Amino acid sequence: MTDLSHIRNFAIIAHIDHGKSTLADRLIQICGGLSTREMQEQVLDSMDIERERGITIKAQTVRLTYKAKDGETYILNLMDTPGHVDFAYEVSRSLAACEGSLLVVDASQGVEAQTLANVYQAIENNHEIVPVLNKVDLPAAEPERVRAQIEEVIGIDASEAIEISAKTGLGVADVLEALVKHLPPPEGDATLSLKALLVDSWYDPYLGVVILLRLREGVIKKGMKIRMMATGGTYNVDRVGVFTPKNVEVSSLGPGEIGFITAGIKHVADCQVGDTLTEDRNPTAEALSGFKPSVPVVFCGLFPIDAGEYDDLKESLSRLRLNDSSFEFEAETSAALGFGFRCGFLGLLHLEIVQERLEREFNLDLITTAPSVVYRVHLTDGTMLELHNPADLPDPVKIDHIEEPWIKATILVPDEYLGAILQLCTDRRGEQIDLTYAGNRAMAVYLLPLNEVVFDFYDRLKSISKGYASFDYDMDDYREGNLVKVSVLVNAEPVDALSFISHADRSESRGRVICERLKELIPRQLFKIPIQAAIGGRVIARETISAMRKDVTAKCYGGDITRKKKLLEKQKKGKKKMRQFGKVEIPQSAFIQALKTSED
Amino acid sequence: MRSHSSGISLYVHWPFCLAKCPYCDFNSHVADTIDHPAWRRALLTALDHFAIREETGAGEKYLTSIFFGGGTPSLIDPATVAALIERAGDHWKIDANIEITLEANPTSVEAGRLTDFFAAGVNRASLGIQSLDDAALKFLGREHSAAEALKALETAKRIFPRISFDLIYGRPDETIKGWRGELSQALDLATDHLSLYQLTIEKGTPFYTRDRDIGLGLPGENSAADLYEMTLEMTALAGLPAYEISNHARPGFEARHNLDIWRGGDYMGIGPGAHGRLTGQKARLATLQISNPANWLAQVEERGHGGVPETSLSKEETLHELLLTGLRLTDGIEATHFCSLTGLTLKAALDDRRLERLTTGGFLIFDKAGLRTTDQGRLCLNTVLGELVG
Repeated sequence: MTDLSHIRNFAIIAHIDHGKSTLADRLIQICGGLSTREMQEQVLDSMDIERERGITIKAQTVRLTYKAKDGETYILNLMDTPGHVDFAYEVSRSLAACEGSLLVVDASQGVEAQTLANVYQAIENNHEIVPVLNKVDLPAAEPERVRAQIEEVIGIDASEAIEISAKTGLGVADVLEALVKHLPPPEGDATLSLKALLVDSWYDPYLGVVILLRLREGVIKKGMKIRMMATGGTYNVDRVGVFTPKNVEVSSLGPGEIGFITAGIKHVADCQVGDTLTEDRNPTAEALSGFKPSVPVVFCGLFPIDAGEYDDLKESLSRLRLNDSSFEFEAETSAALGFGFRCGFLGLLHLEIVQERLEREFNLDLITTAPSVVYRVHLTDGTMLELHNPADLPDPVKIDHIEEPWIKATILVPDEYLGAILQLCTDRRGEQIDLTYAGNRAMAVYLLPLNEVVFDFYDRLKSISKGYASFDYDMDDYREGNLVKVSVLVNAEPVDALSFISHADRSESRGRVICERLKELIPRQLFKIPIQAAIGGRVIARETISAMRKDVTAKCYGGDITRKKKLLEKQKKGKKKMRQFGKVEIPQSAFIQALKTSED
Repeated sequence: MRSHSSGISLYVHWPFCLAKCPYCDFNSHVADTIDHPAWRRALLTALDHFAIREETGAGEKYLTSIFFGGGTPSLIDPATVAALIERAGDHWKIDANIEITLEANPTSVEAGRLTDFFAAGVNRASLGIQSLDDAALKFLGREHSAAEALKALETAKRIFPRISFDLIYGRPDETIKGWRGELSQALDLATDHLSLYQLTIEKGTPFYTRDRDIGLGLPGENSAADLYEMTLEMTALAGLPAYEISNHARPGFEARHNLDIWRGGDYMGIGPGAHGRLTGQKARLATLQISNPANWLAQVEERGHGGVPETSLSKEETLHELLLTGLRLTDGIEATHFCSLTGLTLKAALDDRRLERLTTGGFLIFDKAGLRTTDQGRLCLNTVLGELVG
């Protein structure tokens, strides 16, 4: 247990690539948390995918021991947080466990949209913010301009922003000193009954279910019987410890401290993030306010390319969910793609990451259907249906109206690309709320239908701005929209996996794009194949794949016969991957490609 | 298994060429020196080995055709050809109308040996003319000029009662007009048989690499189909209609050797890489010889045969082979013939639903006489086969 005045708890807020993980590495190194041999880049990002993509997905925590210039030794608890909007929920948990934040901004890039969202959240949590300008050693660094931008855009004093290079270590010691000097120590009374915030939990192959805690009041020790106030579960604490970042057991944790416990808990699902832990025989009177649960907003179908991998996919999804309760899945059947699952995610990056982890960690080949949002379908009988899959849309005559989710998007973009970005927002039915300038960067705030954003908004944004625009969003509200379901028909039969819901005004162009794309992807066959996009019985776009004209081997003597025969037998095996549409068979790969290719 | 007839054919593979053509993926090699007497002995030994097998019916069956293919068989020592023909006659009864074909390159040197081959017993020559255009011959990597080819053809016509020659079309940037001119010239020259192949890019050939890396500018599917359809029309008008995808003949002058193979007949294959099919007691057998010439020669000398372990074809494989060769023929597969080979009727062997889809679609004709492709079906045969049994 450490004296409160010698504890500082802080989070790091930064945009992707602005150097958060590198700075964390330096801090750990200076404070001697790991030996040189144990050090590797991005030590806190334990997943391969985090290291490769340079992003943090799961929040991590590390206890640093720092001897300050005043001669005193301080305990600094660092919460490393994800930078991406999809993981905003993880960010909010981390922020709630700290009293201050380091705001890390790339001195050449400036403030980005996601940074903005997170720093506002920190301010709401009454955090003391310590601004840090990273990468000042780079030739393109403009610390003065970025300093001004922080003041203008975020509205905090940046005059004392620390100039550092996390890469070379320049100025990093000053960061530690500033944390001690500027951040308030936590408050709390060790003599009161235990009151601790359940920040996160996960399954560790060696330790079992691990709970990350922030203590508010009281003390937690090994052997104590604890109770989770929301779920009512009671457990005996069998291990108390901290991460340095290695896990190290300690005798107890007191107010203001961040650490972990294990308590013979079987399932991660038994640990509700945001719950309050207390002592079973001496409970605290009032629970902490907790967090609102995260809700999936983007859905898509995941199908194994090889139908034989269905059970593996199911098992893998269950295992991933052990450590990521923010996504959900249920069985789904598609005529075009076979058996699979409808899965819900926090956003597009989350979707991409889960998909990539399934393919990489579990060796599965997957098909992902076009992402869709959750529609509220109000039926004529007065009931409301939450629609996760366009294919499940009821008969139009039973529908009174449909509501779709809208988001509030913040886009930061250099001046020169602003016109094109505003046009993009308008094309996507956006409504401008605010447009301000800071230096040569503009900040546009728009209300946009999420449906238009999951389609390909982010890709377009990046390509229009040559990668310079950054984007962040919050869920806003549901609004009624003139929405229609567009079905895609191949040889007059609907391909469920390709149907989508769109605003009536945009349905025709989107329908045309998918028809054209399929025309290119489906190989010519003996029979001509019509491809149509339709709303109900009304065809809105049409293409025809003309019949094959020639496919024959010129020579067939001796050895050619054996070769041709083998080809035929291979073809037979390939049949498994064909889907029947009337009298034509379409290779599953055509649908996979149609789903993969994003619109230009 | 029942054998369809009392006949059998022999294929002899000569694996050497003076130069390798950039489109060719056949088992051919360029060798500095060839020990002709050794090759003669080895081919004879390989032939003797087939003769002692029960399935080949030595002493009972009629030998209906011999085909010397390659490589460049016109480079074989005529004495070897003579010896093989003579030895075959020792083992099998010789059909009165036996067809003995030898593939020859139309260079002046090889034309000079044609008389010797005729004397050895060859009665049909198949000349690899490939093109009547010098630029095209150069592109195809051939050793002869168009003028030389015409001369060789003339010589061959004087010597052999039956002549065929090969042309390759569908070359880069070839136009309908260009091919029409070349083909009508060829039809004027042709006597009884023509093989007209569309250029195919095979993996492992120099053309394959060139096409992949820089593109050869080959005709697309539509142009290739146009060229093919025009070829069908012109050859039919000239009295040499297609009896197979790429083979044209005056009726009655079809290449008997290949026709037998396409109809599912038995044949022995000797020489490096040669394939064979024999009707065994329980199943149809696929034989194959070692493909590397030196290894083949060494094994024959050491063990008395050039074969690798042979495989028994399953009923399904046998059916697939019959379909994929039989449907190449204009006449298709004869119902009773199919029955005698497989013990099944065509109807029982095929899937009703698939068959119907292809007949109503205009790709196949199925009637009492048998099963055959329409012109359209033949042009898309690979896909049709896939739809039928794939």
